[in-house]
Amino acid sequence: MLKKKAMLIDLTLCVGCNACQAACKETNHMPEKEEKSLSPTTYTALDEYEGVFVRRMCQHCDDPTCASVCPVGAFTKMPEGPVVYDVDKCIGCRYCMQACPFQVPRYEWSSTYPRIQKCVMCHERLAKGLPTACSEACPTGATKFGDRDELLTEAYTRITGEPDKYVQKIYGEKEVGGTSILYISSVPFENLGFRTTLQTTPLPQLTWNALSKIPGVVSVGGAMLFGIWWITNRREDVKEYEQKNNTNHPTNGKS
Amino acid sequence: MKKLLTTFGFWKVTAVAIMLAGLYSTYVRFFHGLGAATNLSDQFPWGIWIGFDVLCGVGLAAGGFTLAAIVYIFNLKRFEPIIRPTILTAFLGYVLVVVGLMFDLGRPLQIWHAIIMWNPRSVMFEVAWCVMLYTTVLALEFSPVILEKFKMTKTIKMVKRISIPLIIVGVLLSTLHQSSLGSLYLIVPEKMYPLWYSAYMPVFFYTSAIAAGCGMIIFESFISSRAFKRGLEMDLLNEIARVCVMMLGVYAVMKFVDLTDRKMLSLLTVPRFETYMYWLEVIIGVIVPFVMFTQRKIRRNPNGLFIGAALVVVGFIMNRMNIAITGMEGWSGTSYVPSWMEFTITMMIVTIGFMAFYFIAKYFPVFTHEEHHDDGEDTHAAIAWKRDIEAVSQIRN
Repeated sequence: MLKKKAMLIDLTLCVGCNACQAACKETNHMPEKEEKSLSPTTYTALDEYEGVFVRRMCQHCDDPTCASVCPVGAFTKMPEGPVVYDVDKCIGCRYCMQACPFQVPRYEWSSTYPRIQKCVMCHERLAKGLPTACSEACPTGATKFGDRDELLTEAYTRITGEPDKYVQKIYGEKEVGGTSILYISSVPFENLGFRTTLQTTPLPQLTWNALSKIPGVVSVGGAMLFGIWWITNRREDVKEYEQKNNTNHPTNGKS
Repeated sequence: MKKLLTTFGFWKVTAVAIMLAGLYSTYVRFFHGLGAATNLSDQFPWGIWIGFDVLCGVGLAAGGFTLAAIVYIFNLKRFEPIIRPTILTAFLGYVLVVVGLMFDLGRPLQIWHAIIMWNPRSVMFEVAWCVMLYTTVLALEFSPVILEKFKMTKTIKMVKRISIPLIIVGVLLSTLHQSSLGSLYLIVPEKMYPLWYSAYMPVFFYTSAIAAGCGMIIFESFISSRAFKRGLEMDLLNEIARVCVMMLGVYAVMKFVDLTDRKMLSLLTVPRFETYMYWLEVIIGVIVPFVMFTQRKIRRNPNGLFIGAALVVVGFIMNRMNIAITGMEGWSGTSYVPSWMEFTITMMIVTIGFMAFYFIAKYFPVFTHEEHHDDGEDTHAAIAWKRDIEAVSQIRN
């Protein structure tokens, strides 16, 4: 049985060396140039808020919005945790970008045959039993790779162990149903550009509420339309029949 | 220049200009990519091609299923004179939506993937199937017009035999499709400004589309009557306006109750861009035409009817653009104004639509019923009245 993997990012340990980005780019065969924000050639980037560095990347949701909205099922949540993208299925509707609550997917706008680009949590390395490239490269242990359950326990131990240092929250534990990237921090998350108002139930539930009504609409609607047609049509038939009878037997009309 | 305009006519020159600009933009779009042609970005991935071409294109085609239901399901055969142009409008609307999608999709040649690669959890998947199926249904509904021209009576009979199931399927597909465009946005509760975001967006999309579809029937009738120098079915359009006003009323009440329910009424007075756009949309598209169409006098006046219908259509377009663009800008942190290439491509698509309608209506039996000029507004009613009197006297004899 595969255990769900995750990464714990402790913002208090990050020194902003950007080794994660460099390792990521090497693993994913991307141009080496350092980048300040996510792009089609950058799966992870650092934001700085007054000395605090925040890693931005795909959160690998447990019930990914992107996977639910994609009309052709180009996104898959693997049992090990990564949310991966199959470019051969993609039609380029960009609904995933529109829907992602973390605004992560990037698009190759300058290409005539564009792809969606985002972190794939080194799923090929994971299959070989290796950790993600970024966590391996991290010199301070700010990004730690492991089983999600264990990392959650560790995060709890850390924040409850030093309540004066840490904000008592693990970002990603419950957001949109939980994600595979977990953050802990000494600065309130809302001050670091995190969306803290996200609901705790997975977003796909919202569209499913509507989609699940389709069978009802079709069956009830279909029966109703047929019923109305039958009645109105019948009325016409009766009228025609009566008129015909009346002309055939003119005496009937007099009564 | 003036000479040129008078020789070829203002509209022809405009159409040619739009087509040329649109063709250039098409070249840029397909040979240099979406980035070169549009102002779309990672922060703002959907622009007017979705907001206008798709959302409005589908919505304004709603007259098709509304009138089909009126004529064939409710059996109100007196509306038959306007059914063909309405179905044509709807069919062209859908074809143009597909054309618009070919521009918007990053990998348009993969559009067929939705047929074999299923994801029933996706609203977009539902949308894709509705577009495919309903475009086919509309083509079949319209096919007798083409078949008549070529006198293929046997095939016509075959189509007529399945016409009632076809109409029912068409109404169901439209119901699903119109509402599903609203469902598309259910997934962005955080991103959309709360004046627009509601769990009832699918219902709002459906009702407003029927109102706008009615508006389009009236609008299209007026344009055709001018282009083809034919009379107006004033009495029929009047009744359509009554359906329209009813839907507008239902829509307005639902929207109000929804805002109250969500405790968002106070947003209506917050001085910000979204508020102004919301009011503009509601006043132009709902309040003014509602008041106009409830007045019998205005409804019976051709100009009043036309202006009211045009307002409904414009207001509807504003609503969809607000949902797709205005309501999404705040959260995205960027502003989006379509590039001139996005504009010209949209305009080109609309122009193609108008031209296609003109040529089909000119060379095929779209307007088949005897034209009657509207000196007597109640021509149809009068004929029916006369028929009734005759029938009664016949019975008496």
